[in-house]
Amino acid sequence: MSTQPSSSRILLLFAHPSQARSEVNSVLFNSAKQLDAVTAVDLYAQYPDFNINIEREQQRLLSHDIIIFQFPVYWYSTPALLKEWQDLVLEYGFAYGKGGDALKGKLFFCAVSAGGREEAYQTDGFNHFTLRQLLQPLEQMASITQLTYLAPFALFGSRTAKEEHRITRHSALWTALLEALAKGELDIAKARQLENMTSYFNEQELNQ
Amino acid sequence: MTGYFLQAFIYLLAAVVAVPVAKRLGLGSVLGYLIAGLLIGPVLGLVGEETNTIQHFAEFGVVMMLFLVGMELEPKALWNMKLRLLGLGGLQLLLTAAVITGIAISAGLSWQVALTIGLIFALSSTAIVLQTFQEKGLQQTEGAKGAFSILLFQDIAVIPMLALIPLLALPELASAINQVADQNAGHGDNLVDGLPGWLYGLVIIASIAFVTIGGHYLSRPLFRFVASSGLREIFTATALMLVIGIAALMGLVGLSPALGAFLAGVVLANSEFRHELKANIEPFKGLLLGLFFITVGAGIHFGTLTENLGLIISITLGVMVLKALVLFLIATLFDLKGSNRWLLTLSLAQAGEFGFVLISFAAQNNVLATDLIALLQLVVALSMFLTPGLFILFERVIMPHYMRDKSSRQHDTVDDKGTVIIAGIGRFGQIVNRLLVANDFKTVILDIRSEQVDLMRQIGTQAYFGDASKPGMLGTAGIDEASLMVIAIDDREAAVEMVKYVKLSHPHLNVLVRAFDRGHGYRLRQAGADYLISETYHSALEMGAQALRFLGVHPFQAERQKHAYRDIEAQQSDVLYEAWKDDASGERFDNNYRELFMELQQLIDDALKSDLHDNHSKRRGWTPPPKGYAEEQLKDQKEQKD
Repeated sequence: MSTQPSSSRILLLFAHPSQARSEVNSVLFNSAKQLDAVTAVDLYAQYPDFNINIEREQQRLLSHDIIIFQFPVYWYSTPALLKEWQDLVLEYGFAYGKGGDALKGKLFFCAVSAGGREEAYQTDGFNHFTLRQLLQPLEQMASITQLTYLAPFALFGSRTAKEEHRITRHSALWTALLEALAKGELDIAKARQLENMTSYFNEQELNQ
Repeated sequence: MTGYFLQAFIYLLAAVVAVPVAKRLGLGSVLGYLIAGLLIGPVLGLVGEETNTIQHFAEFGVVMMLFLVGMELEPKALWNMKLRLLGLGGLQLLLTAAVITGIAISAGLSWQVALTIGLIFALSSTAIVLQTFQEKGLQQTEGAKGAFSILLFQDIAVIPMLALIPLLALPELASAINQVADQNAGHGDNLVDGLPGWLYGLVIIASIAFVTIGGHYLSRPLFRFVASSGLREIFTATALMLVIGIAALMGLVGLSPALGAFLAGVVLANSEFRHELKANIEPFKGLLLGLFFITVGAGIHFGTLTENLGLIISITLGVMVLKALVLFLIATLFDLKGSNRWLLTLSLAQAGEFGFVLISFAAQNNVLATDLIALLQLVVALSMFLTPGLFILFERVIMPHYMRDKSSRQHDTVDDKGTVIIAGIGRFGQIVNRLLVANDFKTVILDIRSEQVDLMRQIGTQAYFGDASKPGMLGTAGIDEASLMVIAIDDREAAVEMVKYVKLSHPHLNVLVRAFDRGHGYRLRQAGADYLISETYHSALEMGAQALRFLGVHPFQAERQKHAYRDIEAQQSDVLYEAWKDDASGERFDNNYRELFMELQQLIDDALKSDLHDNHSKRRGWTPPPKGYAEEQLKDQKEQKD
């Protein structure tokens, strides 16, 4: 489980319907674009009319080893186009069901930004569930499509991250994560267990 | 044989050299041919007596021209223009002819000769004037529209003139020529010479009826039969056969071939093969007419010119001043103001190519004596040579004078250099502009309709009067700084040319163009347009989807069907474009293209139908897992546990 092919190809599916207002996600998306290993897809740019090309999307999935959904959390879930993408692309016979093991063994995780503070995403907090719990539909999607689900890479309090100068550090973590994934150096077992992938590097940095 | 080749080569070489040079100098192609003729004839003496023989052949170009003129005349369009045609055109012709005839009579010529001269000088040069309007971007001005009406009327009036001139034949000239003709009577090609008057009348009526009715009922099945063979050269042969056949028939019954061809053209004006016919005849017409003008140039007597230099120049100037006076009067009567009045006056003050036609026709019919012919030809040619000068006068002196006049202004000076140039601010351009401006993009709008520009300015849009198809205007509009250009003009040819020019001079500028239809779209694409859209495609598709909704189809299903249609169309568009491109002519759609087009229709039909009626649709999306899927899943789970 912890071995992955050296130099993995990463498919970054970015869904943000209001990029003109984006302060966090567009920064991450643009820095990901710079990496050779990453195929960065702006879904709202590619399908502004939601007319998703199923064939093309499936081919893209087949030619990558790691799939990332990047999105701002909208009502504890993905923006509409990313849900549409799931509904259309993950077909019976392709992603699940009889003969549907095209995605088997690929890695999958979400890179999200959430407006609320981390304290709000607690069982006794304002939102009553942790972010990882709220994203369980996606975790189950990964399960039935035989994807290996990793912890979400999340930034909390994203509405004030710019003012509080937290974006640079988050972006650095993001690049480090993508590079580690590309080189196959990520400890998969550990990444599966975390609550938030940002803490993967936090600990290491503390250890150094 | 070699002699013929040598001659043909001389003629062609002269045309190839002189015409492009003349055109570049702003003289127009007609003058180019005349100069070519002058060079090889009187100046260099390369050709001589055979020009007369060739001229007879070249006159067939005139027949073809009249066939094409006839084809341009849709009776309905003419009827809509009747006031302008009869008013402007009729008055101009009558007044000018009357005044010149009067002067000629008072100069001691017989009334027949005087009238012929009056008619010759009343005509202006359609070829030079229309071409100059186009080159200078004046077509849309009121002055140019008036001039067009007059020219059209003149073109039509040539027909009755050709019928009238033989009646003016001078007995003393005629008898002299008839003696010559009688000697050759053995091989006369006129069938009706010996017939009594009433029978002759019948024969003429029958021939005209044959041309009219035959043209209407027989031509269509014939063309369809020929077109279905798919052999383009046979279509060309058919078109030529038609015109030559009519000319021959008219000659046999002693009528003017030009008249017959004109009649046939009118009959075929509404035919669906009109454009095909035009495209086939046009090159022959162009070449033969060019040849005709070369022979006119070659036939000019330099001797006459040098001997009568003062006389010729004064007659030319006199005729032009007279014509201009009449035109100015008519322009005033018809309420043309400012620079438009001057444009009409100056643009039509010359005599024209039909003048040459009438002169040679009058010569054949013994109306004009030889020395007079030479004189008249020189006057017509000289007045044509002076025309570019009049246009320059108009552009340099008169237009600037009226520049501040609102009703007829010169191109505005563009003081806002924007990031997007929009050519054409009609219904289409306006929406594009509003969307861009609302998003804080600066636009520079160009339109050649000054009313439209004024309207736009009244509602606060920055619009400029100017012809965007002129490189100079695009320069002033800031094309060097622009990042985008939108073309939404109505003139299809101009749009294609504009794309070609812009992509050549500014290859990195994105050019977005509105196409009229499929064929136009392909031509734009070939010209290098970065994006093009058919003006009606999306609204029609939207209307179709709305119709489905009204018919009870679920709104989202209707939307998806629309998407399906669009997707398949987009997938096939490249294939269709390639097929179109393979077809060398570009204008028409060949059989291969038609097949591919049918295939596209079939693909669309299949895709849409299967989605409506078939549970296992070929069109993907939101397809549920098959029935029994849930049970299968439970079984798998059980097996895993065991």
